[in-house]
Amino acid sequence: MIIMPESWEDIVLRLLRAAQTRLPPDVKWALEAAAAWESDPTARSQLGAILDNSSRAEFLVRPMCQDTGLPVFFVKGRIPPGIEASIAAGVARATAAIPLRPNAVDPLSREVSGDNIGSGPLVHCRPSDADYTELSVLPKGAGAENMSRLAMLTPSDGDDVIKDFVTRTVLQAGGRPCPPTVVGVGIGGTADACMALAKEALLIPLDQENPDPRLRRLEEELFVALNSSGLGPMGLGGDTTVLGVRALAASCHTASLPVAVNLNCWAARRASVRVHSDGTVEYTQGAFP
Amino acid sequence: MRVLQAPLDEAAARSLHAGDAVLLSGVIVTARDKAHLRALSMASAGEEVPELQGATVYHCGPIVQERNGYEVIAAGPTTSARMNMMGPRAVRELGIKAVIGKGGMSKETHDAMKERGCVYLAATGGAAVTLAEGVKRVLSRSWEDLGMAESVWELEVKDFGPLVVAMDSHGRSLYEETEARVNERMRLRAEGKL
Repeated sequence: MIIMPESWEDIVLRLLRAAQTRLPPDVKWALEAAAAWESDPTARSQLGAILDNSSRAEFLVRPMCQDTGLPVFFVKGRIPPGIEASIAAGVARATAAIPLRPNAVDPLSREVSGDNIGSGPLVHCRPSDADYTELSVLPKGAGAENMSRLAMLTPSDGDDVIKDFVTRTVLQAGGRPCPPTVVGVGIGGTADACMALAKEALLIPLDQENPDPRLRRLEEELFVALNSSGLGPMGLGGDTTVLGVRALAASCHTASLPVAVNLNCWAARRASVRVHSDGTVEYTQGAFP
Repeated sequence: MRVLQAPLDEAAARSLHAGDAVLLSGVIVTARDKAHLRALSMASAGEEVPELQGATVYHCGPIVQERNGYEVIAAGPTTSARMNMMGPRAVRELGIKAVIGKGGMSKETHDAMKERGCVYLAATGGAAVTLAEGVKRVLSRSWEDLGMAESVWELEVKDFGPLVVAMDSHGRSLYEETEARVNERMRLRAEGKL
């Protein structure tokens, strides 16, 4: 039994407000570092506008971007009963309170639901025997989400083809996903699991070292290759194309090699909470799987 | 930074060159996918489109809060490429001389811009609070039935920006130039020369 200090609905509202109005500290550091080493004047002006905007959003407690996205939730550890309904209620309240743009529409009629929920909240569950519940939210803007790609590669393709696919995906997206982006890479699983891994990778803070040395190397090589491309902030040219690359892997079928790319714009919004069984609550703006 | 009066006329548009940084003061109107579709179907039917005619069009779906009147909370640019199919007609038939957005537009739209004297101004994607600070008030809302993001919002702006001339009326496009540079660097990299 977990003792709840406040309702899940209140926690969802708190997570969304933090994610929408405050850049995660690691993302802010990455942007500040990029602004310091950027050599292109147009790129510097773009990074300057981004940093200026981020401080204003934090100070005024306003969403940093008007595309407040569709909120994607991850529930890990103990899965509380009724969590889906609490998430839906929290999102609807956040939509009016923060406020968020009502983005959820029916896919065919394009009718706006008004509450950012529509047919139901987007929730991924990862049950475990942990004595806590971890709830994370990734508000996903359409500019970045629309550039998602999945490749069902051949096992013999290997590392170079994986890197080539990720690089091409990011560069062909050009300025549309609002670079500098954070690149989430999923390797393995099935088609659906692979894309979920790529998305989950976006929860990992940029300053956390990947415990898998093979993935760490892949992240580093992609980071260097993408930032030497010259695409730059907003696709207007420059040295800063990505703020980070995060990769997760899972077992897959012996005849498969799925690779997925899921991007976050520079406004790499995320927030997490851990509610322990003794009632202690820890809020963060990033989580490691 | 140069401050231009909005809506821009052809002379102002023609005076700008790729890479120039500008601010806008005056009146701009927002329009996204649905507003473009509606405007062009009205134009096809031979109707006037006073909502967008001659306007400086901003590809933006703002967050607007209704308290004492409308207040713009966040108003950054949306991806202009979604309006590519409608771009050439919007420039030719609606007399638009400046488009504000992010990510740039198609070659066909750029051709229409060169022909009619129109510029594409890149706003920083996601800089929604900074850009909203440049919006002084909402003058009107048209096509409310399209919802908050897709309505046409007529906005009074002051020192709105910063904006970068990314596609000028003389044929230069920062996006095209960047793409060529990216392809060249990737080719050199593949050949082990970089």
